[in-house]
Amino acid sequence: MRNLVATVSMFLALAGTAKAAETLNIYTYESFITEWGPGPAIKTAFEAECGCTLNWVGIQDGVAILNRLKLEGASAKADIVLGLDTNLTNEARTTGLFAGHGTDTSKLTLPINWNDDVFVPYDYAHFAVIYDRDKVANPPTSLKELVEGDSSQKIVLQDPRTSTPGLGFLLWMKSVYGDKAGEAWAKLRPRILTVTPGWSEAYGLFTKGEAEMVLSYTTSPAYHRIAEKSEKYAAASFDEGHYLQVEVAAMLKASPNPALARKFLAFMTGPGFQDHIPTNNWMFPAGALSAPLPAEFGKLVKPSKTLLYSPAMVAKNRRAWVDEWQEAMSK
Amino acid sequence: MATRSRNLPAILAGSIGLAGLATVMAGALVALTLTAVATPGGGSWDDYLWRVVRFTLWQAVLSTVLSVGLAIPVARAIARRRVFPGRGPLLRLFALPLALPALVVVLGIVDVWGRHGWAAKGLALLVDDGSMPNIYGLTGILLAHVFFNLPLAARLMIMHLERIPGENWRLASQLGMGAGAIFRFIEWPALRAGLPGIAGLVFMLCIASFTVVLTLGGGPAATTIEVAIYQALRFDFDPGRAVILALVQLGMTAVLIALGMRLTMPAVTTPSLNRPILRPDCAKLAGRVGDGMVIALAALFIVLPLIALTVSATAAPMGKLLGEAIVWQAILTSLAIGATAAVLCITLAWSLLIAAHAAKRMPGTSWWKAGFIMACGSGGSLILVMPPIFLGAGWFVLLHGLGEGFALAPAVVVTINGLMALPYTLRILGPAHASAAADHDRLCDSLGISGWNRWRLADWPVLRPAFGLAFAFAMALSLGDLGAVALFGSEDLTTLPLLILQRMGSYRTADAAGLAFMLAIFCLILIIGAERATAKTDNGR
Amino acid sequence: MTNPAIKLSDVSFDYEDMAMRFDLAVAPGDFLAIIGPSGSGKTTLLNLIAGFETPAGGHIELDGLDVTALPPGMRPVTMLFQDHNLFAHLDVKTNVGLGISPALKLTAADHERIASALNRVGLTGFERRLPGQLSGGERQRVALARALVRDKPVLLLDEPFAALGPALRREMLDLVAEIHRERAMTVLIVTHQPEDARHAATRTAFVNRGRVLAMDETEALFTTANIPELAGYLIG
Repeated sequence: MRNLVATVSMFLALAGTAKAAETLNIYTYESFITEWGPGPAIKTAFEAECGCTLNWVGIQDGVAILNRLKLEGASAKADIVLGLDTNLTNEARTTGLFAGHGTDTSKLTLPINWNDDVFVPYDYAHFAVIYDRDKVANPPTSLKELVEGDSSQKIVLQDPRTSTPGLGFLLWMKSVYGDKAGEAWAKLRPRILTVTPGWSEAYGLFTKGEAEMVLSYTTSPAYHRIAEKSEKYAAASFDEGHYLQVEVAAMLKASPNPALARKFLAFMTGPGFQDHIPTNNWMFPAGALSAPLPAEFGKLVKPSKTLLYSPAMVAKNRRAWVDEWQEAMSK
Repeated sequence: MATRSRNLPAILAGSIGLAGLATVMAGALVALTLTAVATPGGGSWDDYLWRVVRFTLWQAVLSTVLSVGLAIPVARAIARRRVFPGRGPLLRLFALPLALPALVVVLGIVDVWGRHGWAAKGLALLVDDGSMPNIYGLTGILLAHVFFNLPLAARLMIMHLERIPGENWRLASQLGMGAGAIFRFIEWPALRAGLPGIAGLVFMLCIASFTVVLTLGGGPAATTIEVAIYQALRFDFDPGRAVILALVQLGMTAVLIALGMRLTMPAVTTPSLNRPILRPDCAKLAGRVGDGMVIALAALFIVLPLIALTVSATAAPMGKLLGEAIVWQAILTSLAIGATAAVLCITLAWSLLIAAHAAKRMPGTSWWKAGFIMACGSGGSLILVMPPIFLGAGWFVLLHGLGEGFALAPAVVVTINGLMALPYTLRILGPAHASAAADHDRLCDSLGISGWNRWRLADWPVLRPAFGLAFAFAMALSLGDLGAVALFGSEDLTTLPLLILQRMGSYRTADAAGLAFMLAIFCLILIIGAERATAKTDNGR
Repeated sequence: MTNPAIKLSDVSFDYEDMAMRFDLAVAPGDFLAIIGPSGSGKTTLLNLIAGFETPAGGHIELDGLDVTALPPGMRPVTMLFQDHNLFAHLDVKTNVGLGISPALKLTAADHERIASALNRVGLTGFERRLPGQLSGGERQRVALARALVRDKPVLLLDEPFAALGPALRREMLDLVAEIHRERAMTVLIVTHQPEDARHAATRTAFVNRGRVLAMDETEALFTTANIPELAGYLIG
């Protein structure tokens, strides 16, 4: 019982400190602010510039952040939310909780044009099929080859009902196959080893050697090359193009420090923030860096074409498309 | 009148416990139902959900039959062999699978049984035709569920078998009973009293399976209600659908528990003189070889994936991990959550047990009395099929409406984890309490010993090992499962399992393996510690 | 010349710090009472004969056959304890039936035998009762019925009626005595009550500190034996 009281009072105290003036509170996903993530360095850099305190509030993942906002509404104790992706922005926008960013997004280095007045991108990556070079001599060169290829070479996918990459791949299939997506899924099915609830399970199975391929990001090999000095894993480049994931931030209408929040969003597109993205968040920076990208990033797959549905389109069709996937995969 | 006043405190304690339990479940249901009403267009029921319900039931029934069916010979062999090298450690390892995060266990199982697992490599040495075993699908789900539940079921069954009065063995040897007759007339009746409870527990665990079913299930054809609830609450934010699904899950399990209770024979407990057991069926060579093989196979089945986890951990930078402040903070948070939840859980379990017992001893029969006894008996189990994410979501909505939602996150986690462990502690404490009651009721009544004094003087000394085991289980299970806050997240509540998932989610598999190994060691230490602390003191015999 | 029904030669057994040593011969058809102070080894003596304890040395013969190494179930012996003679979760009929076949493979004739044994102990109509629903005396009757169907030549009773009142105890002793006569069994009964021995036993043995100190016709032992320990036991 004493433990409980102690823990509770500890957290009450933490919640209390978060209310002090000139503190910028940012909801983000947990892995962003772990000690190997970009969070700590960004905090130092921004605090040096603004003379304020930046307080990261780590919440499991992007979906949890959005759910939490829906629940808290205008009483959310955050100035900024950082870590939603383009598949969630439509839903986030309809909550009516967000304010316009007023940031110049023209200098962003995204593979697409950005003209959203609420959400500011901070990084991006394309989805890609990662393969084990020791086991796959001839990786598929297109989504079509993946779908129709040798079914003894397996891929691990994520579930679009529970995970962001899973939804990403579903949209990728849809954007390539359109109305024929159901048939394509049925064809791909023998190659699918299993469908995991999240990225971690899938990538864990893949690195254990259970499957020859996994769905991840074009940037994944960069981690293995830089952090592990390993050339074992590579991304397959697909002719039809790759589906894009853009991570964004936005400020809340109810922010007590709107000026400071805008300042952060502007800071976010500059090198003080962007320098920490490539080798800490393992994504491509959405803005300018102070130094060139690490050489390993230059060796990564550069999609010939970027595929992306508008957030409104995704919001409208997600359920029907997931049902279609479900139907094709369950027969 | 005397009986009444003596039983009232226990009944009161149980009523408070039941009320608390009902509040937690009903609170979440009501809160989410109200939210659902306020959210237009949700709460639909379709063919998809029918398929999900069918599959959930099918895999849960199969998993239960397999786990419990295989646990019987294992429990029997282990109970029969009171002394063999490694018996103690093996029984402790049996408590481990349930305490580890499902993802960690799944990876261990894949190491052994996967396409490129040890079993596949061993098989390739025998028949090298290039074929690879494929466990993904129902096979994998069943394999993992048996791995989780066989040890639990066996452990509980061994408890029942070891409670067979020594006098029965004396009689059996006098009558010249063989192994078959002993099973039929002594072991089976002892097991049968506990079997519906054990099977019910396993069934509920399998019905609520999530990570195992999705990861090893091979595709969306393997979807449980739990997955659908998660989906409804997370991506769809459709509380109405979640409420319907939770009610279906609850109703299905309630029906099965009711059926199980009808099958349950009331345990005939006899006061035992606790004579040393001389089992007549231990000496025969055939039996020895058979038992040895059963035990060896079971041990191999349970230990191999754990060894796989250990092997993965050898690649981990243990020194670096142990030097990280965050790791220690996670350990302390896990400990605080686990210990608090375990105390809550045991207190609640005990109050339910003594209340049901006191009600049974009250004179007269009435429907409310029968209902109260039934509620005390099964209410504690039903909680297991309420997904933690559902309870958590409901309570966050509720607490948020009342003001502070997230500051109370630790309290919500502790409460829900404590309640989730309730079914296990009830299975462990229940039979022990029943036999202690049979031994002590008359004596304590005649001496006028009741309440705290009775617990201190009569029950605690004989129930210490059961309390110890229950505490260790409850604590290991609650060391840091954050399912309750998965929906909205909880800043700064970093537990060891969460840390494992975080590292896995950022390419740091070696770190995750190291932390999982630490968690396993940690659970083992807990179990051994609880056993030591509550070991029966030598009473001079 | 017939063999003794029970013969213990130089049987030694260490119980805690007492070294027991038994020599005993009981003729077939005897009804022997065993008396002696608490902790003198009476129960151990019976346990050795029944096979629940293994001697450190010496030999035990039953009807001329060395049974020292045989497990309890293989010995031509039925033993009744003070309590816990029945499986509490099995009904009366099953408990008795297990005496015929430990796997409960019963023929029609066996069912007859069970019925008549229950009738003999006065429990007709109790077949489906559980032991918990019977009185202490009734439970021991069931155990006696099982001894009847087991039909072993030797019946060992370890203070079987100690928990019963005086009148009921005598009634039960009479029942045992009648069965003893009808079946020509060899009966050994451990008792704390010298009057039990007088009431039913043809012969009585006195056990003290792990030795059989005296054995004689019951009346002769009580009246003429000149053993200080026995006198002390009877007075104390």
